[in-house]
Amino acid sequence: MNTPNKSLQVRLSQQHLKQSTFSLEVDLTLPNRGVTALFGPSGSGKTTLLRCIAGLETQQQGDISLNEVVWQSPTHSLPAHKRPIGYVFQEANLFPHLTSEENLQFAVKRADTEQSVITYEDVVSLLNIAAILPQYPHQLSGGERQRVAMARALLVQPRLLLMDEPLSALDDGLKQEILPYLEQICQRAQIPIIYVSHALDEVIRLADYIVVLEKGRVIEQGEKYTLLGRLGTSFSRHQDASVVVSGTVTQQAAQWGLSWLTLNDQTIAFKQGKEQIGDLVSVRIQSRDVSLSLSKQDDSSILNRLTATIDDMDNDPKDTSMVMVRLLVGDTPILARITALSAHNLALHKGQTVIAQIKSVALLR
Amino acid sequence: MFLSSADLDAIVLTLKLASVVTVLLILISTPIAWWLARTQSWLKGPVNAIVAMPLVLPPTVLGFYLLIFLGPQGAMGQALSKLGIDPLPFSFNGLVVASMLYSLPFVVQPIQNAFAAIGKLPLEAAATLRSSPWDRFLHVALPLAKPGYVSAAVLGFAHTVGEFGVVLMIGGNIPNETRVISVQIYDHVEALDYSQAHTLSLLMIAFAFVVLACLYSVQKRQKNSAAASSFL
Repeated sequence: MNTPNKSLQVRLSQQHLKQSTFSLEVDLTLPNRGVTALFGPSGSGKTTLLRCIAGLETQQQGDISLNEVVWQSPTHSLPAHKRPIGYVFQEANLFPHLTSEENLQFAVKRADTEQSVITYEDVVSLLNIAAILPQYPHQLSGGERQRVAMARALLVQPRLLLMDEPLSALDDGLKQEILPYLEQICQRAQIPIIYVSHALDEVIRLADYIVVLEKGRVIEQGEKYTLLGRLGTSFSRHQDASVVVSGTVTQQAAQWGLSWLTLNDQTIAFKQGKEQIGDLVSVRIQSRDVSLSLSKQDDSSILNRLTATIDDMDNDPKDTSMVMVRLLVGDTPILARITALSAHNLALHKGQTVIAQIKSVALLR
Repeated sequence: MFLSSADLDAIVLTLKLASVVTVLLILISTPIAWWLARTQSWLKGPVNAIVAMPLVLPPTVLGFYLLIFLGPQGAMGQALSKLGIDPLPFSFNGLVVASMLYSLPFVVQPIQNAFAAIGKLPLEAAATLRSSPWDRFLHVALPLAKPGYVSAAVLGFAHTVGEFGVVLMIGGNIPNETRVISVQIYDHVEALDYSQAHTLSLLMIAFAFVVLACLYSVQKRQKNSAAASSFL
């Protein structure tokens, strides 16, 4: 767990500007490791918050410190170029007058020499940009530009990496092309990352810790595994509500293209990827893919049938025909979205033991 | 159509004047243009207006006030004479000062537009890469504003070559000191020496055409590559 002095502390309070009703009021203590996602709809203040941390918003009053080093206090504020950060913008924002390689060298020349996050060779191979180094930004595709921009942000050897919706300017195909690189960075970087996004699937894939912002306020925050499994949150009421479950791969069947992970003496099958037996993997289970029955039906096509206990139930006030059921498999929460009528017919209640049938499971990493 | 030695002197003097004025103007205009391109201050409007005034004022008005201001009775003239500096009117240095004022908008405006076109994004990116404000200016803003500097230098130079009214007011007509090409042409015409006037005038027309044609074709190329890179 984080001790209070090894963390990113952000306390901001913005006076109302005359023309706008928007204000940012946050008091956050974020983990100093892993990926923290700032999640929320557009206009929720997540980009503003990120820019405040970077020192790009100078109007903001507040306190910001990383591992007890003060970056901003009410009386003084480090300018952006003195904060040990890397920043990936929504659009790559490469220098158009420099080649990709010169863009990287711009960072290398100014990098923090006391800190070593990644070497030049590693970053070039990690992001697979060796072939495009001689080219100018306007000669590159959007995805290539964003990869160079991520390499550049890492090469300044930051102590904190800030990413502002780095995928939002890309179309779906390119997003899928970049996501694996992002995952690599998130896994390999030994520094905390703050990732701004309004896309739930990115947050689920990348984040360890999630902060939900709305209208400039923090409305929810927590570790991904617990936050996603909680009822009554913006996540559980999202149409793509999901939980992430992790476990060790214990079985593989190449002829069927399946792997199994073990979760509290029960197994979950998923489409085989690159994982090996013994690997720790995470899978995403969408609540709409989980159905409940009172008995084990061995004549079903659904492979994953887990014995679980009903822990809690939540009626979505916006859609009274559906009920969200929180199940526990051991101490791992799984959400099931079922109709209110089914819940009534089966007389579901807290503490009841049911069989959760999971239609589809997606491997995350 | 031969150039007399007086004509050649006028040409050399004109080129010298235009070169000195262009170099000094680029140096002075850079901070003015940077400030104008980025400030939110209410002073931006008035300062823009002052910079642009030589565009609309008759050169004689500029020359007239400069003559008074810099003359032996003028505020500046007295201050300079106390410092042991010769009076500026009717001298090459006086021409330089007057020409700088006269050509100021032609140099400030292209640079200002180039700085404004950079926007804040590349500078913010540089700031997050540990680049100090001065470093950002030298290694991001200046290279990106290069097309603006080319336009500014060409226009400033050409405009100084083409001035007449201000020169006549403050410089007079002193060989090798203030007698530039435009004044030399005026002299030729006064003396009804039309063939000499033709030679110099045609030279000026050719110069103006070549300079502007080069400038516009370079600008067009840059616009095309700027359009291609506008989404970086």
